[in-house]
Amino acid sequence: MTSLLMVFTKNPVHSVIYLIITFFLIAGQYVLLNAQFLAVVHIIVYAGAIMVLFLFVLMLLNLNEDTEPRASAMWKLMAGIGSGSLLITFVGAFRGSIQVNIPEQGNPKIGLVENLGRVLFRDFVVPFEIAGILFLAAMVGAVLVGKKENKL
Amino acid sequence: MLEIIRTIPIEHYVIYSSILFAIGVFGVLVRRNAIVVLMCIELMLNAVNLLLAAFSTYLSDAQGQIMVFFIMVVAAAEAAVGLGILVMIYRNTKSTDIHLLDNLRN
Repeated sequence: MTSLLMVFTKNPVHSVIYLIITFFLIAGQYVLLNAQFLAVVHIIVYAGAIMVLFLFVLMLLNLNEDTEPRASAMWKLMAGIGSGSLLITFVGAFRGSIQVNIPEQGNPKIGLVENLGRVLFRDFVVPFEIAGILFLAAMVGAVLVGKKENKL
Repeated sequence: MLEIIRTIPIEHYVIYSSILFAIGVFGVLVRRNAIVVLMCIELMLNAVNLLLAAFSTYLSDAQGQIMVFFIMVVAAAEAAVGLGILVMIYRNTKSTDIHLLDNLRN
């Protein structure tokens, strides 16, 4: 359904825009899955932060269609065969092998921030703190990498 | 909500995520611009996220959505560091072609 749009993502260098549309569609899927908080966080983090970062770097490096390196046709064919066989493998492996017992009364509030926060800060405190340290390390690393070479 | 779960089987989400993941793999293989390669990696991470959220809803278990959070954290950190490295590479080689970066092979 929506993935047809993502095939078009491959063609021009403003594929960033298509990727943003893709992210919004995935956020719509989250809303349909009753994971509203996840949808909001997804839009904020991906469409708001990461894609702006990508666009910023793209503009900073002044890339356009002229400087875009082209892949050869044989390489494209090989990549198509590889990813196509991967897709066939996935679908063939998962089809019929999934038995999900749907609970009779599922909790419809599972994706709301109240429930998620309770789970996150009770059962997942240690991974949460480690994620904070990971962010700090990534921030320091990005600043250090972005500095001028001679000052390093 | 339960009607949606009963009408849409989980296999559809599995197939959808597999298609997204395969498109991401195709993009990583076929594109030579390093920024687009990073974007395709984001697409693959999103496919996994969508599948985790789908299973979390179908099993009405919140842990899957917590895992999605942590994957988002890793994706954000990876994007920041990766783009920083990319800017540094561009400063050295004046290009973002990943095929220029096979110096280790020789």
